[in-house]
Amino acid sequence: MITFQVEDIYGRISPVEVPDGIQLSLMEVLKASDYPIEATCGGIALCATCHVRVNSDTERLNKPTATELDMIDTLPNAHDNSRLACQIPISPRLEGAVFSLRIG
Amino acid sequence: MSQSHQTDICIIGAGPVGLFAVFEAGLLKMRCHIVDALPQIGGQLTEIYPKKPIYDIPGFPQINAHELVDNLRAQIEPFKPQFTLGEKVVALEKEENGSFVIITSDDTRIHCKAVAIAAGLGCFEPRKPEMENLEKFEGKGVVYMVRDPEQFRDKDLVIAGGGDSALDWSIHLSQLAKSVTLIHRNESFRGAPDSADKVAALAQERKIILILNSTLIAAQGNGVLKSVTYRDKAKQLIDVGADYLIPLFGLSPRLGPIADWGLALDKNAIQVNTTDYSTTVPGIFAIGDINTYPGKLKLILSGFHEAALMAQGAFRFVHPAQKISFKYTTVNGIPSF
Repeated sequence: MITFQVEDIYGRISPVEVPDGIQLSLMEVLKASDYPIEATCGGIALCATCHVRVNSDTERLNKPTATELDMIDTLPNAHDNSRLACQIPISPRLEGAVFSLRIG
Repeated sequence: MSQSHQTDICIIGAGPVGLFAVFEAGLLKMRCHIVDALPQIGGQLTEIYPKKPIYDIPGFPQINAHELVDNLRAQIEPFKPQFTLGEKVVALEKEENGSFVIITSDDTRIHCKAVAIAAGLGCFEPRKPEMENLEKFEGKGVVYMVRDPEQFRDKDLVIAGGGDSALDWSIHLSQLAKSVTLIHRNESFRGAPDSADKVAALAQERKIILILNSTLIAAQGNGVLKSVTYRDKAKQLIDVGADYLIPLFGLSPRLGPIADWGLALDKNAIQVNTTDYSTTVPGIFAIGDINTYPGKLKLILSGFHEAALMAQGAFRFVHPAQKISFKYTTVNGIPSF
């Protein structure tokens, strides 16, 4: 099991547990866990409706691709710790990570 | 000059599902007219991943997206679909006789008996920053796209954004505007280093006023835009005089005017009855990525299936008194027009 924390738009932090080896992205897991993620484009870094902030060590995650960075750069509410959840595969690297849906 | 067309089904969206809908409608002897905001057919396949292989089209172990579009074009050719490309659908009106008119951004009018929305992700519209009075000044100083740079000659401009287009337009417009203020939320620009360096150099020369670590707060004016308020790093509110505010935050897919047609929606997708993929408005159907129902899978192959059932539903709607005679193509071939 991989456990990470998710802060919802109201600031409530809850753990999310995902089985190891699951072939999903963070976006898919958040959506399946009923977080309000639109993910209009289905996971190709095109709509940025799965924008999250990483409130833990960003270095531990996979590096964002140029496509993801380009998309984040266009967002009016981008932060230094912004990521697109569709571009973060579920992996043991996420253990203990904290993701926030409070974009601000 | 505005054009007028007549058809049986107006299909909104020329992606793979919209294209295949022409085939299924054609088998039932219904003519189709396809409208798409993009200048070419294929939707996402052509626009986003033309060279990418797709592996889950039945009968094709692997096919490139553009090849699939070419094949679909050939497959629907016998049914002589009409196309209106490069025009956005802006309105749908109902006529007294129960038929519909689809109106485009160029005022092309497509009179049809049924509508099939196959608009995929929707249409791409500018992403708007959250700030006060933004919409109040749209067209009165707030513009989201630079069409004619001459419009900005000798004007005071505020450009907002941190992506390539914000950088590139700041550089370009600094040559002709009276002033260019570029407001970016972060400390630095991660995009194209060349452009970022150029902006920094122009800021040194005072040709661009570079405001970093700052957020847009409000647009101000009296009928037309006069100034833009932003909050700087020290949390101070600062006004900067502006004839134009150009927020450049990329494009985001939206339902657009379809959202105003009275269709039941669920999180930006159109709810449908899976018997025939009809929406809550009789005569309007929704197929492909734009619809939602329990168990929905956003797959091209699911969209193809939806197109087949939609065609049957549209036939029953258009010809309520006629029986559908279902025929396999292996028996009768393709009854072209």
